[in-house]
Amino acid sequence: MTPLTIESVADDHRIAKLAALAITLHLAEAVLPSPLPGVKPGIANIVTLYALYRYGFGTAVWVSLLRVFAVSLLFGNFLSPTFVLSLTGALLSLGVLWLTQNLSSRFFSCVSVSILAAFAHIAGQLLIVWLWLIPHSGILYLVPVFSAAALLFGTLNGLITAKLLATR
Amino acid sequence: MPIRLKAGDWLIFLLGLGMVIWLFTALWSNEPAGKVRIRSGDKIYATLSLDQQRTLEVPGALGISRIVIYNGQVRFEQSPCRNQYCVHQGWLHKAGQVAVCLPNHVSLELLGNKSYDSLNY
Repeated sequence: MTPLTIESVADDHRIAKLAALAITLHLAEAVLPSPLPGVKPGIANIVTLYALYRYGFGTAVWVSLLRVFAVSLLFGNFLSPTFVLSLTGALLSLGVLWLTQNLSSRFFSCVSVSILAAFAHIAGQLLIVWLWLIPHSGILYLVPVFSAAALLFGTLNGLITAKLLATR
Repeated sequence: MPIRLKAGDWLIFLLGLGMVIWLFTALWSNEPAGKVRIRSGDKIYATLSLDQQRTLEVPGALGISRIVIYNGQVRFEQSPCRNQYCVHQGWLHKAGQVAVCLPNHVSLELLGNKSYDSLNY
Protein backbone atom coordinates (compact mmCIF):
# COMPACT_ATOMS: atom_id res chain seq x y z
CA MET A 1 0.00 0.00 0.00
CA THR A 2 1.43 3.33 -0.99
CA PRO A 3 1.06 6.13 1.53
CA LEU A 4 -1.35 8.85 0.52
CA THR A 5 0.45 12.06 -0.22
CA ILE A 6 -1.00 15.43 -0.97
CA GLU A 7 1.13 17.73 -3.01
CA SER A 8 1.39 21.12 -1.35
CA VAL A 9 3.20 24.22 -2.47
CA ALA A 10 4.62 27.19 -0.61
CA ASP A 11 1.38 29.11 -1.20
CA ASP A 12 -0.62 26.46 0.66
CA HIS A 13 1.75 26.56 3.60
CA ARG A 14 1.50 30.32 3.80
CA ILE A 15 -2.31 30.21 3.71
CA ALA A 16 -2.33 27.51 6.39
CA LYS A 17 -0.06 29.55 8.67
CA LEU A 18 -2.07 32.74 8.24
CA ALA A 19 -5.36 30.90 8.73
CA ALA A 20 -4.03 29.25 11.90
CA LEU A 21 -3.06 32.68 13.22
CA ALA A 22 -6.49 34.09 12.36
CA ILE A 23 -8.23 31.13 14.04
CA THR A 24 -6.15 31.65 17.19
CA LEU A 25 -7.00 35.36 17.33
CA HIS A 26 -10.67 34.60 16.78
CA LEU A 27 -10.69 32.03 19.62
CA ALA A 28 -8.80 34.36 21.94
CA GLU A 29 -11.32 37.09 21.25
CA ALA A 30 -14.26 34.78 21.92
CA VAL A 31 -13.05 34.31 25.50
CA LEU A 32 -13.07 38.04 26.19
CA PRO A 33 -16.28 39.38 27.67
CA SER A 34 -18.20 41.83 25.54
CA PRO A 35 -20.23 44.74 26.93
CA LEU A 36 -22.94 44.07 24.38
CA PRO A 37 -23.56 40.70 22.71
CA GLY A 38 -22.42 40.95 19.12
CA VAL A 39 -20.02 43.85 19.58
CA LYS A 40 -16.57 42.42 19.02
CA PRO A 41 -13.29 43.93 17.85
CA GLY A 42 -12.85 41.31 15.10
CA ILE A 43 -9.07 41.23 15.49
CA ALA A 44 -8.84 38.16 13.25
CA ASN A 45 -9.63 40.49 10.35
CA ILE A 46 -6.19 42.02 10.80
CA VAL A 47 -4.81 38.78 9.39
CA THR A 48 -7.16 38.94 6.40
CA LEU A 49 -6.15 42.53 5.67
CA TYR A 50 -2.49 41.71 6.09
CA ALA A 51 -2.86 38.75 3.70
CA LEU A 52 -4.61 41.00 1.18
CA TYR A 53 -1.86 43.61 1.15
CA ARG A 54 1.05 41.22 1.32
CA TYR A 55 -0.09 38.30 -0.84
CA GLY A 56 -3.16 39.43 -2.78
CA PHE A 57 -6.89 38.95 -2.86
CA GLY A 58 -6.87 35.16 -3.36
CA THR A 59 -4.90 34.54 -0.16
CA ALA A 60 -7.20 36.89 1.77
CA VAL A 61 -10.27 34.93 0.61
CA TRP A 62 -8.72 31.62 1.65
CA VAL A 63 -7.62 32.87 5.04
CA SER A 64 -10.95 34.49 5.82
CA LEU A 65 -13.16 31.56 4.77
CA LEU A 66 -10.92 28.90 6.31
CA ARG A 67 -11.15 30.77 9.59
CA VAL A 68 -14.94 31.02 9.48
CA PHE A 69 -15.34 27.31 8.76
CA ALA A 70 -12.66 26.12 11.19
CA VAL A 71 -13.89 28.27 14.06
CA SER A 72 -17.47 27.11 13.54
CA LEU A 73 -16.29 23.49 13.72
CA LEU A 74 -14.25 24.20 16.86
CA PHE A 75 -17.20 25.87 18.57
CA GLY A 76 -19.66 23.34 17.23
CA ASN A 77 -21.92 25.90 15.62
CA PHE A 78 -21.40 24.93 11.99
CA LEU A 79 -24.55 25.78 9.95
CA SER A 80 -26.13 27.43 13.00
CA PRO A 81 -27.26 31.08 12.92
CA THR A 82 -23.92 32.10 14.45
CA PHE A 83 -22.11 30.47 11.56
CA VAL A 84 -24.41 32.05 8.96
CA LEU A 85 -23.82 35.48 10.50
CA SER A 86 -20.09 34.91 10.57
CA LEU A 87 -20.07 33.76 6.94
CA THR A 88 -22.26 36.66 5.77
CA GLY A 89 -19.95 39.13 7.47
CA ALA A 90 -16.87 37.51 5.97
CA LEU A 91 -18.33 37.36 2.45
CA LEU A 92 -19.47 40.99 2.49
CA SER A 93 -16.11 42.15 3.86
CA LEU A 94 -14.35 40.21 1.13
CA GLY A 95 -16.68 41.84 -1.40
CA VAL A 96 -15.55 45.23 -0.13
CA LEU A 97 -11.90 44.18 -0.26
CA TRP A 98 -12.42 43.16 -3.87
CA LEU A 99 -14.13 46.43 -4.78
CA THR A 100 -11.56 48.60 -3.01
CA GLN A 101 -8.65 47.02 -4.83
CA ASN A 102 -9.15 49.71 -7.43
CA LEU A 103 -8.79 52.53 -4.92
CA SER A 104 -5.68 54.54 -5.55
CA SER A 105 -3.02 53.66 -2.99
CA ARG A 106 -1.84 57.24 -3.20
CA PHE A 107 -4.87 58.43 -1.26
CA PHE A 108 -6.13 55.36 0.56
CA SER A 109 -4.35 52.96 2.87
CA CYS A 110 -5.51 49.77 4.56
CA VAL A 111 -7.20 51.92 7.22
CA SER A 112 -9.84 53.04 4.71
CA VAL A 113 -10.32 49.48 3.52
CA SER A 114 -10.65 48.24 7.10
CA ILE A 115 -13.32 50.82 7.97
CA LEU A 116 -15.32 50.07 4.83
CA ALA A 117 -15.07 46.32 5.38
CA ALA A 118 -16.20 46.70 9.01
CA PHE A 119 -19.28 48.64 7.91
CA ALA A 120 -20.09 46.05 5.24
CA HIS A 121 -19.63 43.30 7.81
CA ILE A 122 -22.08 44.77 10.29
CA ALA A 123 -24.57 45.88 7.62
CA GLY A 124 -24.77 42.34 6.28
CA GLN A 125 -25.15 40.83 9.73
CA LEU A 126 -27.86 43.25 10.81
CA LEU A 127 -29.70 42.58 7.57
CA ILE A 128 -29.61 38.82 8.17
CA VAL A 129 -30.70 39.29 11.79
CA TRP A 130 -33.55 41.51 10.71
CA LEU A 131 -34.75 39.46 7.73
CA TRP A 132 -34.29 36.03 9.24
CA LEU A 133 -33.78 35.87 13.00
CA ILE A 134 -35.62 38.82 14.55
CA PRO A 135 -38.00 40.42 12.03
CA HIS A 136 -38.77 43.27 14.38
CA SER A 137 -38.15 46.95 13.82
CA GLY A 138 -36.69 47.17 17.34
CA ILE A 139 -33.44 46.10 15.64
CA LEU A 140 -33.18 49.65 14.34
CA TYR A 141 -32.40 50.67 17.90
CA LEU A 142 -29.16 48.68 17.76
CA VAL A 143 -27.98 50.01 14.40
CA PRO A 144 -26.26 53.16 15.78
CA VAL A 145 -24.40 51.15 18.44
CA PHE A 146 -23.19 48.54 16.00
CA SER A 147 -22.11 51.08 13.40
CA ALA A 148 -20.20 53.05 16.04
CA ALA A 149 -18.43 49.83 17.03
CA ALA A 150 -17.70 49.10 13.36
CA LEU A 151 -16.11 52.52 12.91
CA LEU A 152 -14.03 52.22 16.08
CA PHE A 153 -12.78 48.69 15.56
CA GLY A 154 -12.47 49.09 11.79
CA THR A 155 -10.15 52.04 12.37
CA LEU A 156 -8.14 50.29 15.11
CA ASN A 157 -7.71 47.10 13.08
CA GLY A 158 -6.70 49.15 10.07
CA LEU A 159 -4.09 51.04 12.10
CA ILE A 160 -2.68 47.80 13.51
CA THR A 161 -2.48 46.34 10.00
CA ALA A 162 -0.76 49.49 8.74
CA LYS A 163 1.77 49.13 11.55
CA LEU A 164 2.36 45.46 10.75
CA LEU A 165 2.79 46.18 7.05
CA ALA A 166 5.25 48.98 7.81
CA THR A 167 7.47 47.01 10.14
CA ARG A 168 8.67 44.49 7.59
CA MET B 1 7.92 54.11 12.80
CA PRO B 2 4.74 56.18 12.91
CA ILE B 3 1.84 55.31 10.66
CA ARG B 4 1.06 57.80 7.94
CA LEU B 5 -2.63 58.23 7.32
CA LYS B 6 -3.48 59.30 3.81
CA ALA B 7 -6.01 61.93 2.73
CA GLY B 8 -8.55 59.30 1.68
CA ASP B 9 -8.33 57.61 5.08
CA TRP B 10 -9.36 60.81 6.80
CA LEU B 11 -12.14 61.24 4.27
CA ILE B 12 -13.49 57.72 4.86
CA PHE B 13 -13.15 58.08 8.63
CA LEU B 14 -14.99 61.40 8.70
CA LEU B 15 -17.70 60.09 6.37
CA GLY B 16 -18.09 57.09 8.67
CA LEU B 17 -18.24 59.32 11.73
CA GLY B 18 -20.85 61.50 10.06
CA MET B 19 -22.91 58.43 9.22
CA VAL B 20 -22.71 57.11 12.79
CA ILE B 21 -23.78 60.45 14.24
CA TRP B 22 -26.61 60.68 11.75
CA LEU B 23 -27.77 57.15 12.65
CA PHE B 24 -27.79 58.07 16.34
CA THR B 25 -29.85 61.20 15.81
CA ALA B 26 -32.21 59.53 13.34
CA LEU B 27 -32.81 56.27 15.18
CA TRP B 28 -32.43 57.30 18.81
CA SER B 29 -34.95 60.07 18.75
CA ASN B 30 -36.03 60.88 22.28
CA GLU B 31 -39.36 61.89 20.98
CA PRO B 32 -41.97 62.24 23.73
CA ALA B 33 -44.84 59.84 23.38
CA GLY B 34 -48.29 61.06 22.49
CA LYS B 35 -50.31 57.92 22.87
CA VAL B 36 -50.33 54.65 24.74
CA ARG B 37 -51.54 51.37 23.32
CA ILE B 38 -52.72 48.84 25.85
CA ARG B 39 -52.93 45.20 24.89
CA SER B 40 -54.62 42.45 26.79
CA GLY B 41 -54.06 38.92 25.48
CA ASP B 42 -53.90 39.12 21.70
CA LYS B 43 -56.24 42.09 21.46
CA ILE B 44 -55.69 45.82 21.56
CA TYR B 45 -57.59 46.87 24.64
CA ALA B 46 -57.33 50.60 24.06
CA THR B 47 -55.22 53.29 22.38
CA LEU B 48 -55.36 56.45 24.45
CA SER B 49 -53.85 59.90 24.46
CA LEU B 50 -51.38 60.62 27.27
CA ASP B 51 -52.87 64.08 27.52
CA GLN B 52 -55.27 63.17 30.27
CA GLN B 53 -55.48 61.95 33.80
CA ARG B 54 -57.02 58.53 33.97
CA THR B 55 -56.90 55.21 35.77
CA LEU B 56 -57.79 52.07 33.88
CA GLU B 57 -58.58 48.62 35.14
CA VAL B 58 -57.49 46.19 32.43
CA PRO B 59 -58.60 42.59 32.79
CA GLY B 60 -55.90 40.01 32.01
CA ALA B 61 -55.26 36.30 32.42
CA LEU B 62 -54.74 36.49 36.21
CA GLY B 63 -56.89 39.42 37.16
CA ILE B 64 -57.00 43.16 36.86
CA SER B 65 -53.98 45.34 36.09
CA ARG B 66 -54.39 48.94 37.15
CA ILE B 67 -52.80 51.37 34.70
CA VAL B 68 -52.46 55.05 35.38
CA ILE B 69 -52.07 57.82 32.82
CA TYR B 70 -50.88 61.09 34.32
CA ASN B 71 -49.08 64.14 33.01
CA GLY B 72 -47.91 62.63 29.69
CA GLN B 73 -46.67 59.48 31.40
CA VAL B 74 -48.08 56.05 32.01
CA ARG B 75 -47.32 53.20 34.42
CA PHE B 76 -48.58 49.94 35.82
CA GLU B 77 -49.76 50.92 39.25
CA GLN B 78 -50.76 47.49 40.33
CA SER B 79 -50.79 44.08 38.72
CA PRO B 80 -51.70 40.61 40.02
CA CYS B 81 -48.37 39.07 38.93
CA ARG B 82 -45.71 37.54 41.20
CA ASN B 83 -42.52 39.43 40.22
CA GLN B 84 -44.03 42.88 39.70
CA TYR B 85 -41.52 43.69 36.94
CA CYS B 86 -44.15 45.74 35.15
CA VAL B 87 -44.83 47.86 38.23
CA HIS B 88 -41.14 48.36 38.97
CA GLN B 89 -40.54 49.65 35.48
CA GLY B 90 -42.18 52.84 36.68
CA TRP B 91 -43.32 55.78 34.62
CA LEU B 92 -42.85 55.63 30.85
CA HIS B 93 -42.87 58.73 28.70
CA LYS B 94 -40.74 58.19 25.57
CA ALA B 95 -42.02 56.91 22.23
CA GLY B 96 -41.08 53.28 21.74
CA GLN B 97 -40.97 52.37 25.43
CA VAL B 98 -42.76 49.23 26.45
CA ALA B 99 -43.87 47.71 29.74
CA VAL B 100 -45.16 44.17 29.76
CA CYS B 101 -46.83 42.11 32.42
CA LEU B 102 -46.23 38.68 30.93
CA PRO B 103 -48.11 36.64 33.55
CA ASN B 104 -51.20 38.76 33.14
CA HIS B 105 -50.84 39.09 29.33
CA VAL B 106 -51.13 42.88 29.53
CA SER B 107 -48.73 45.29 27.84
CA LEU B 108 -48.27 49.03 27.35
CA GLU B 109 -46.61 50.48 24.32
CA LEU B 110 -45.91 54.16 23.89
CA LEU B 111 -46.49 55.56 20.44
CA GLY B 112 -45.02 58.72 19.01
CA ASN B 113 -47.08 61.40 17.41
CA LYS B 114 -46.22 59.98 14.01
CA SER B 115 -48.81 57.64 12.67
CA TYR B 116 -46.64 54.54 12.17
CA ASP B 117 -46.07 51.94 14.84
CA SER B 118 -42.64 51.95 16.40
CA LEU B 119 -43.02 48.24 17.06
CA ASN B 120 -44.82 45.57 15.15
CA TYR B 121 -45.45 41.94 15.85
